Amino acid sequence: MAAEDLPSEFDVVILGTGLAESVVAAACSRVGQRVLHLDRRSYYASNWASFTFNGLLTWIQQLQEESQPKEVPDWSSQLEEGEELIYLSSSDSSASICNLQVFCYTSEEDEEEQAPDTTEEETVRAADEDAVQEVSEAESAETREEEERRGADKGQAAQTAGEEPEAESHPHAAPSQSEPAKKKLSYAQLVKEGRRFNIDLVSKLMYSRGSLVDLLIKSNVSRYAEFKNVTRILTYRHGNVEQVPCSRADVFASRQLSVVEKRKLMRFLTSCVEETEEQTAYNGRPYLDFLCDQQLGENLQHFVLHSIAMVTADTPTEEGLASTRQFLRCLGRYGNTPFLFPVYGLGEIPQCFCRMCAVFGGIYCLRHSVHCLLVDKHTNRCKAVIDSRGQRISCSHFVAEASYVGAERKKVATPTRFLSRAVLITDSSVLASDSEQQVSVVTVPPIAAGCPAVKMVELCPSTMTCIPGTYLVHLTCQSIGSAYQDLSPLVTRMFRTVESHDKAETRPAVLWCLYFNMADGSGTEVEGHDLPSNVYVCSGPDGSLGHEHTIKQAEFIFHKILPDEEFCPPAPNPEDIIYDGETTAATGDTQEEEQSPQKQEEEETKEEEETKEEEETKEETKEEEHLQTEE
Amino acid sequence: MHGRVKVKSSAQQEEEKRKEREKKLKIYVAARDACFSKRKEGVWDDEALQLTQQLLSSNPDFATLWNYRREILMHLETVKDEDEVQKIYETELSFTESCLKMNPKSYGSWHHRGWVSARLPRPDWARELSLCDRCLSLDDRNFHCWDYRRMVVKMSGVPVDQELAFTDRLIGSNFSNYSSWHYRSTLLPLLHPGSPEPPSPCCEPPQSSPPPSPQTHSHRVCEEQLLKEYELVQNAFFTDPNDQSAWFYYRWLLGRAEREEMISCVYVSRDEERVAVVFSRPVNAQSVGLLLVLDGQPQRVEWRSVHPRFKHSPVWICDLPPGTINDISNEHNLTVHWTEKHTHRDCALYTGRNESWCRDTATDQELFRSELSVEKTSVLQSELQSVKQLQELEPLNKWCLLTIILLMRALDPLGYEKETLAHFQTLKEVDSVRAAYYSDLCSKFMIENTILKMEYAEVRVFSISDKNLTTLCHLDQLLLVTHINLSSNQLQRLPPQFAMLQCLEVLEADNNSIENLEGVYHLPRLEEVLLKNNKISTLADLQPLASCPKLKRLDLRGNPITQTTNVESELAELLPSVTDLLL
Repeated sequence: MAAEDLPSEFDVVILGTGLAESVVAAACSRVGQRVLHLDRRSYYASNWASFTFNGLLTWIQQLQEESQPKEVPDWSSQLEEGEELIYLSSSDSSASICNLQVFCYTSEEDEEEQAPDTTEEETVRAADEDAVQEVSEAESAETREEEERRGADKGQAAQTAGEEPEAESHPHAAPSQSEPAKKKLSYAQLVKEGRRFNIDLVSKLMYSRGSLVDLLIKSNVSRYAEFKNVTRILTYRHGNVEQVPCSRADVFASRQLSVVEKRKLMRFLTSCVEETEEQTAYNGRPYLDFLCDQQLGENLQHFVLHSIAMVTADTPTEEGLASTRQFLRCLGRYGNTPFLFPVYGLGEIPQCFCRMCAVFGGIYCLRHSVHCLLVDKHTNRCKAVIDSRGQRISCSHFVAEASYVGAERKKVATPTRFLSRAVLITDSSVLASDSEQQVSVVTVPPIAAGCPAVKMVELCPSTMTCIPGTYLVHLTCQSIGSAYQDLSPLVTRMFRTVESHDKAETRPAVLWCLYFNMADGSGTEVEGHDLPSNVYVCSGPDGSLGHEHTIKQAEFIFHKILPDEEFCPPAPNPEDIIYDGETTAATGDTQEEEQSPQKQEEEETKEEEETKEEEETKEETKEEEHLQTEE
Repeated sequence: MHGRVKVKSSAQQEEEKRKEREKKLKIYVAARDACFSKRKEGVWDDEALQLTQQLLSSNPDFATLWNYRREILMHLETVKDEDEVQKIYETELSFTESCLKMNPKSYGSWHHRGWVSARLPRPDWARELSLCDRCLSLDDRNFHCWDYRRMVVKMSGVPVDQELAFTDRLIGSNFSNYSSWHYRSTLLPLLHPGSPEPPSPCCEPPQSSPPPSPQTHSHRVCEEQLLKEYELVQNAFFTDPNDQSAWFYYRWLLGRAEREEMISCVYVSRDEERVAVVFSRPVNAQSVGLLLVLDGQPQRVEWRSVHPRFKHSPVWICDLPPGTINDISNEHNLTVHWTEKHTHRDCALYTGRNESWCRDTATDQELFRSELSVEKTSVLQSELQSVKQLQELEPLNKWCLLTIILLMRALDPLGYEKETLAHFQTLKEVDSVRAAYYSDLCSKFMIENTILKMEYAEVRVFSISDKNLTTLCHLDQLLLVTHINLSSNQLQRLPPQFAMLQCLEVLEADNNSIENLEGVYHLPRLEEVLLKNNKISTLADLQPLASCPKLKRLDLRGNPITQTTNVESELAELLPSVTDLLL
């Protein structure tokens, strides 16, 4: 649909498709608000996005090209009586992302391709896979061998993907282990299979009783996505990766704990659930002191402090206990760990909420932004916005992601903090086990004084985020220096790169990695900026492991806009929806529902999702995307 | 409001649902009636299969329909060839599978599946196993599935080690699953049978005669494997000491060998011209082929149990024909054959002796403790250490306390007596609901200890006063006791088993709560009964004493009965032999 078709009046205009904005959009649309949801980027989910390998390379390239901020036209001609203009920031996400560094540690060969580090080539590589295969068919015998092996890998992946997660631990999945030392995947192969990657910009997990999971269930948005359990919690200690026993079954099976330690750990965890006077006596004192006094040995203190509470030695006891409780509360709801991970990556989640918004009538345009706000001088309320095509669109509320708001108008208490991120493609797991399909969280305490504590998530191919034979590793910490400075020492220790010299043969090899810093959204407030009273600012991703901050923020904004409405009530079942023309008296006749346009719409959206693997909808150069429903 | 999705009201939804239910019911009832009438007419056609399938898929617990279905299938077997039958039964399997999805605990569906699997010309057991695995992964306590799985394993001959690995897996994912532990206990003896080596004598307490201790070793597991099992189960109860599955399995591991069936004692009394026989377990002597041979001559004798209440009893007695052994200058040789078990016991009655016996004592038989090799003793010691460690962490855990008691008993019942009593005290406090159970168990252990002490002292006096006894047991071990002292306990009765004390002369039971003397019955030598401060209140309570011909002295002071009028004269009438009555 063309841009002129945009209606000129909405209840809520939302700029940016990150998680908070998408939840607000879905919530508003769900209760009948007319929502216009825009993003100046060509992809959904802003800094929450997931990219294919090729998509990520394009993203890197665009950031490195450092596009000049476009001159914003003067829209003052659109001003009406008693109005003033507020211009939004026109610079791209470059402000929130910096210090990009890319390293490739695998051979670049695969015959005709070379110099993959030069970004020009990478976009070309997004070519049709079949075509590339045809080329390699004509190559040497060695390549053909390579192809066959890869084919076998694929078959295996298809098999494991179909199985239930429980079944994956069966010993019969083992044969592939006996394979002779496998050849390292080349960069060319990563590129060739690039679209089977889903690489997240943020690395988070969903607490199984956290506010995001609750919201997904409550709103029925969960029907749009699939999830996998994180299967194990690991920690890095004394130079080794160890499994942290946290569930009852883990503790039972653990070989590293003595039976007495098992009892002590279980007893401690059970006693944590309830608040006791003994605990409150430690308020304000470090959690570590409390743990010491609980007669937990050094082993157990480490596990509880770093891997279960995921706090540092000086965290106060009440905070440490709160995180321990949250961990325990989430344990066992869906599996042996407290965490879930969405299949196809975290970028799915904001898109699911956008889909929900669209199903209830929200309108979506990518590569479409808002240039300025039109503010009523007397009421200090935003009456309308002017979009990037100069169209005046009136609205009652305006929500924007923080990066759209100019620095001069934002009120930030402290200087913007950053997160250090690293994304690694490796050839094996940091801790080999019976099953190759493990989703692991690794907690890494500071490796030296002054170093940050790092959270690491290792994803296996069954999460549909990487190709068989590889693992996708996300590292996150609060920035001290640049991402490379913060994280590369750890990468060198835990993995095999050209920098690791000593006997590193047993460690996973890094094939490719990316370092970057991202602004930490936890400092941004919804209100209190130099902005009209009906304009709300959503922060970008924060550094914590869960989504509590973001969901809380979205709910807060929603209640600011609609104080009397329910936040994301369950979406009705399709058969319970009454469509125009249907008699209100229930006849039980379900025939006509099939023809209803809204239902069709919903089905189309689902279909679109299902076919996503085949057609790279995100890569398509769509001018804009309308998901409009009938009035 | 504009754009808001209109949703049907709940009343509308209810109404729709109700109508739908009505419609369904109509169809269901019609199909059911059609089925019944078809069955009545003996029609076994495809339509009947269709109808029953339709009904059973909505209600898989309709047993009559499954039966009808089986009738049809059996009929089809006779008219179709093997390939067709295979096909029919395969669709039957996928049908029951869909029924199980509806109700995974449907008796009818599981039974039908078992029936079909057994009749399938070419069964696919691997498929059935994986179905069971899927079911158990959804609910690891679905006993229908466990049953079915056992059948599949049996039919398809799955190797035992594979099954053991299966239990490993289930226990690993959830160790609070007694089905898995129990299954393990049936597999281990098959996979790691215990070696039938005799017990090493050095760990037995000093004793006069060391006859070989004849015990069987079936259902036992070799020590090496036992060690691994101890470790596994310890991990479970240290992780969750309140989970009973692991403790029960642990008790099985600590369990003793089954006793060999034998005649443990033959006793002969010249005066009474009677023979008493004690068996290792209660039997019915009248039907087990018992043969008494006296000096080479088989005797026709009438065996009777010690009390008419017992059809089965460990103690049986018979009277010899008058005059066969009463001449004190004769020596007699007696053999009792238990022909059914191909076992016998001899007993010689020498000249000048009034009685004689031949027996294996409780000590010889190691009835009250585990039969241990040196290795196993040290294993049990270390088990005791680790359970004590757990007890330090969990001082009030009942399973832990009880296990400590059991381990102590297996190791050294007398040495640990004091600690055992203390633990029983704690148990009664922390698990007051079962206080009576613990009291009885404690009584049992105290009696066992007293028997061991008595045997060690080689006396026929059994004295167990002031031990808080609430119950009496092991009375078959007291056949030879002449003097018993049960004073100052909490006994309420002398049960029928008490009649096993065939040699008893003096019964001391002052300061109990005895109100029932049922077991003081036909004790041929009983002369003295001391029942001061008990709860005997009626003359009828004393009735059993009338059957003891030699009773002379009876102390009833402090019993309610002493308050009744005419008690003295009535007692004189009831018990004419009593010359010394204290009221």
